[in-house]
Order: sequence, then structure tokens, then C-alpha cells
Amino acid sequence: MAVVSGGTTLIDNGALDAGVPTGSLILLSTQTASSSASLSFTSGIDSTYDSYVFKFIDIHPSADGANLMINFSTDGGSNYNVTKTTTRFYAYNGETSGFTLLGYLTGADLAQSTADQEFIRGIGSDNDQAGVGILHLFNPSSTTYVKHFIGRSSTAQSSDYAEDDYLAGYANTISAINAVRFQMSSGNIDDGIIKMYGVK
Amino acid sequence: MAFISSGTTILDNGAFSVGLGGLVLLSTQTASASASISFTSSIDSTYDSYMFKFINIHPATDDIAFQFNLSTDAGSNYNVTKTTTVFRTIHNEADTETELSYRTTEDLAQSTAFQTIMGFIGNDADQSVSGSLTLFNPSSTVFVKHFIANLNGYHSSNYTFNYFSAGYANTTSAVNAIQFKMSSGNIDAGTIKMYGIKGS
Repeated sequence: MAVVSGGTTLIDNGALDAGVPTGSLILLSTQTASSSASLSFTSGIDSTYDSYVFKFIDIHPSADGANLMINFSTDGGSNYNVTKTTTRFYAYNGETSGFTLLGYLTGADLAQSTADQEFIRGIGSDNDQAGVGILHLFNPSSTTYVKHFIGRSSTAQSSDYAEDDYLAGYANTISAINAVRFQMSSGNIDDGIIKMYGVK
Repeated sequence: MAFISSGTTILDNGAFSVGLGGLVLLSTQTASASASISFTSSIDSTYDSYMFKFINIHPATDDIAFQFNLSTDAGSNYNVTKTTTVFRTIHNEADTETELSYRTTEDLAQSTAFQTIMGFIGNDADQSVSGSLTLFNPSSTVFVKHFIANLNGYHSSNYTFNYFSAGYANTTSAVNAIQFKMSSGNIDAGTIKMYGIKGS
């Protein structure tokens, strides 16, 4: 049965009509941490979408001051060791006024390294502390170009200041990236949600 | 015909009354040795902000800038006056240089010139730039037109470059077209997508 309203077909043959404007941000997967050593997305990253967005909701570490780390895989998650070159900068303000900074985060970037990349930084483990963020990964299935990524996070930092962190760079490979892993620099991801979206 | 469920109007008068997603893909253009890419339709009062996504923009010429300009006459002229800010972070693969700096040579002050949103892009086979630009309320005839852009690029000398640009088109005329081009040579390859953002 078709659903026609005002002379316009909206639904037919089991689907929305092609002329109906629908959203382009498609939720593909949601993972919820519960004392998790890591959260990995090993399916759904392919040529269906030419960019992906990861949203991080209240990532809470078991270890005080731990960082949420990122790495990529080109073999479906067997190995997370893709070479990356990145930039980092940050701003922060302490709960005690006057403790502020804007600067490049030397030592938190990578230069042709296969190590995990720090993303959400120095998260406090007090009950009310957590980190949030958004990460964009562009065209991971390309076999021509390196894979650019851009992220921003906000942290309730372990030393009781608000920290705003910026991350960008590229995975320096022309192999397709098909999996992403997130884990803490120490301890577990005690709590939190990571959502993966495809962008049409 | 209206479709009403539990007192809620789901659809009426040829359109859905409920949200089907806020990010709506309006147009996709793929470069192929293109002098420029322009969007000359659909920028109107339907949406109060528009987002452009850049997927692996690859220049024909080495070490050049990716730029944009706006039009108030549907693309006959791209020469809207702009005042802008630009800053960037960089890090090279050799791990010998990092930078967080304001770009006095790439901002504009009441200029009709094209605005750089990524500089110094390499044209090696695996080099490109990806990111996004958001244009706010282009059809306003009251306010200037703000934009915010963030792109990551692969520099010609093997750096990762993260560019942040923002500013306003200093006009109260409606902006109804946008053009992207390289500072020299063609856009050899890449995809630009234009989205309308509902209710932003």
C-alpha cells in the first residue's frame, strides 16, 4: 500500500519514497562500556559512507587521569597499528580562576608512529568526572589517499579543570581502514557510550 | 490525507510532520580536473545553516591553497566582502617541527578575495585535504553571514596541517551561491557535499 498525502507519495513498496528528504547522519552502532578494556568497531566501516562520525558520551575511566586512546586497523581488527602523523592543541581553565592556557600539546602528537593516539585527555575518575567528544574519520575505505581525521573533546580533568582538546592528522596508509579501537592509557573504560554514524 | 497516530500527526499535506533527521544531503559534486566547483542552487531560506563536506580534495598543482568565495547574484560574481581569522597547527612526519599559529597572510579584512581554508596542499598521489565548512543563515537580509571551517591536509613537504578559519561575509544581501577552487591549477579530484541543517 502506498501512502499519498496532498498528492505526494511518501511511502510505497515498503520504503520511504526517494523524494522524501531524510537525514544523512545514520547511526550504525552504539557501544556501552562497563569496566571494558577497550571498545572496538570492527564492522560497518566500509565504502558505504565516505565519512564516519564517532560521538563519545561521558567516558569515565577507572584510573584517575587516564587518556582515551585511538588506533586504527586495516585487517578487520586483528591488529591496531596504523602509522599516524597528528597535531594536538588545547585550552584549559582551572576551577581555581587564573589557571588558564592555550597551546600546542607537545608530546601528545604522533610522527609516523603506530602507537595509540591520545584523544580525550587526563579524565578524572571522581564519580562526576568524564570526557566527551566528536571524531570525524574521512573516507576510510580509500585505497588512494591517506585517511584524515579531525576530533575535539572536552574533559573534566583529574586536576579539576575544564580542558578543550583538539586532534587532527592522517593515518598514513593507502590500505582501507576497516576497524577502530578505543581504550584507556591505563585501566579500563569504566563507563560511557561511543556511537558510530555514517554520513551519506 | 493526514496520518495521525496516538494524537500525533505523522504526515500531512505531502510531507512528514515528524523529524527524519536534521542533516539533509542536497547536492554532491565530484571534481575531475575541475577549475572550480560551484553550488548555485538550493542555498536559500529552506535551511538556516548549510554544511559543506570535503572528501579527499586533491590538487593538480603542488603546494597550493584550497579557497572559497560567495555570491549574492547566484554565481555571476564571487566577490563578497569578508573579514576573517585563520590559525593552524602543523606537525611534520620527521617530528622536528610543530606549530600553533595565527596566519596573518591568509586572513582577510574587508576583502572580496577568495578565502583560504587550507594552505600548502601536496599533489602526491596519496595527498589531499578533508574537512568541513558551515555557512550560517545565508539568506538573511538583516545580518552578516558567518562561516566556520576546519580542515586537515597533507602538506607538500609531508606535514599534517590542521586549518581553522572563521569570519563573516559583510553583507546584508542574501548569499545564494558558493565557489571552491585552488589558488593555482585545477581541483584534480575529490568530492564536495552540500547539506542543509534543519532547525539549527
